[in-house]
Amino acid sequence: MPLLEIQNLQIDFGRAPNALRALDGVSLSIEPGKTLGLVGESGSGKSVTALSIARLLASPPAFYPGGRILLEGRDVLKMKAAELRGIRGGLVSYVFQEPGASLNPVFRIGNQIQEALKLHRPEAATEAEVVRLLKLVGIPAPEARARSYPHEMSGGMQQRAMIAMALAPHPKLLVADEPTTALDVTIQAQIIELLGRLRQQLGMAILLITHNLGIVGDVADQVAVMYAGQIVETAPARELLQRPLHPYTRALMNSVPGLDADAGRLTAIPGAVPRLGAFPPGCRFAPRCPIAKAECSEKIPELLEVEPGRFVRCPFWENE
Amino acid sequence: MTRLITRFVWSAITLLGTAVLTFFLLNAVPGDVARVIAGSKASPDVIKEIHAKYHLDDPWWQRLGLYLGQLARGDLGHSYVTDQPVSEAILTRIPTTAALASLAVVMWVAVAVPLGALTAKFRGSWFDRVTLVLATVSLSLPAFWLARMLQYWLSYKLGWFPVATFQSFRHLLLPAASLAILSVGYYARLIHTNMVEALDSPYIRAARAKGASETRVLFKHALRNALIPVITILGMDVAGMLGGVLFIENVFALPGIGTLAVQSVFNLDPPMIMGTVLFTGALVVGANWVVDLMYGWIDPRIKSGT
Repeated sequence: MPLLEIQNLQIDFGRAPNALRALDGVSLSIEPGKTLGLVGESGSGKSVTALSIARLLASPPAFYPGGRILLEGRDVLKMKAAELRGIRGGLVSYVFQEPGASLNPVFRIGNQIQEALKLHRPEAATEAEVVRLLKLVGIPAPEARARSYPHEMSGGMQQRAMIAMALAPHPKLLVADEPTTALDVTIQAQIIELLGRLRQQLGMAILLITHNLGIVGDVADQVAVMYAGQIVETAPARELLQRPLHPYTRALMNSVPGLDADAGRLTAIPGAVPRLGAFPPGCRFAPRCPIAKAECSEKIPELLEVEPGRFVRCPFWENE
Repeated sequence: MTRLITRFVWSAITLLGTAVLTFFLLNAVPGDVARVIAGSKASPDVIKEIHAKYHLDDPWWQRLGLYLGQLARGDLGHSYVTDQPVSEAILTRIPTTAALASLAVVMWVAVAVPLGALTAKFRGSWFDRVTLVLATVSLSLPAFWLARMLQYWLSYKLGWFPVATFQSFRHLLLPAASLAILSVGYYARLIHTNMVEALDSPYIRAARAKGASETRVLFKHALRNALIPVITILGMDVAGMLGGVLFIENVFALPGIGTLAVQSVFNLDPPMIMGTVLFTGALVVGANWVVDLMYGWIDPRIKSGT
């Protein structure tokens, strides 16, 4: 049984008839201990998907008109508040984009980690455990750091502390929502390496959300590419990076700088992700797609398994 | 250390300014103090004697110097009317005012904090709207009118509270409640605004993602951050509250600093007026010190450096 299975999930912001559909039939699954990379531009619905797993979107304005979110077979959308609190942090932990803003500025780091322990592993809510966790994520002088306030630490250290806090209750799934976007490039690599190491050591699954395809290649087993509230391609990470099939994935790949000197100019994708509520009819990528045909704007293409394990939402994926 | 010294110097300058300003204001008041002391039928000789005793005929700069010199020795002088030392009069009245003010602060904080937090949580609900209307009413009420109304209806007509004077804790309830009602609306809105901002912060989402209950998110994670600006305002508001104290004490005939100040104005008793004004000034300066110290403790990002 998959650890997480999202089936045909729909999310609206606001109520009908003024509802804006942010997610439209998203399906994903993560096996225990595996890493799924969720990729897409800003506004594609990655973060909304991530937050919905523990129902962290404020409702209103967010509503769930359709679909299911199964965590170890239990539907998150049907859970009562108390059950949900057990899931949050306990089964699914989160690491967010801006560690500086996601840590509470008025409480000490150790205090915030202990809170996570008290909520889910009260028997282990000790200073020794806090120090062990800080050491686990590679924070030097963990005893002193436990007494620090967030503002006394660098961005990289804050994100490590955030990860320690997320790991404290032994979650089975770690959702990392753009964990490196706000950090320096050198620190980014360290954090990604840390996540990879922790996955090996602790055997938890990771949902890694990023707009950076390069990061995905380093840690993910499986990749899902999102565009305008839909999944447009899923594949094993290596295969996807070697041979992207959907025109959007190809365009994304061409916009990532490679190491080859003769790679030529980077190509930007013309236009922008359509705004929520202003999605074009038919294939949502069609207005920006280099191989779009007239019929692309008529109906939304299906997400089809074109090769074993490879799903693409484009009937013309074989055209270059 | 440098900060502490700067702070001290500024406090001294503030108090000196208060003293000088009050001195000039009192000088501008028409009327002969000697006549007030001796009565309208006093003989010219007696008036002359009083003028000499209190240096009333000296030039203003000499009298100011005399007064400041006296202050520097920690002497607030004697009342022209009762001859009681001003410092003694103030000291005997502090407990009443302190009890009234503390009870009022406890009352309004106990109401404003939950109101502000819950209206922020349920913003836009009917509960939030009704509270907003009541808060606006609360901060628009004139102190003397509210105190008189409460006294008339709740004490005189219904007999729920003693009408006036200070004999027991029960006598403080209505005056403190009046004072609290005047401030609770303002603080409920202030806490509301700060809570709305705090609740939108990423650390609140992170606290929910940890599995913290809504009560915990609201009253631990958000409130602690929302109270930081409130503490500052509360400290600065001490001066404003003393204005309310003045009316409330007089309406309920409580023997506090407020009644003393009003009496000394009606008596045209300069040393007593100066004394109460200076005492109020010192209280505001002191409150700001306390807020500064508390600020460093409540917000770890601010190092008080003291």
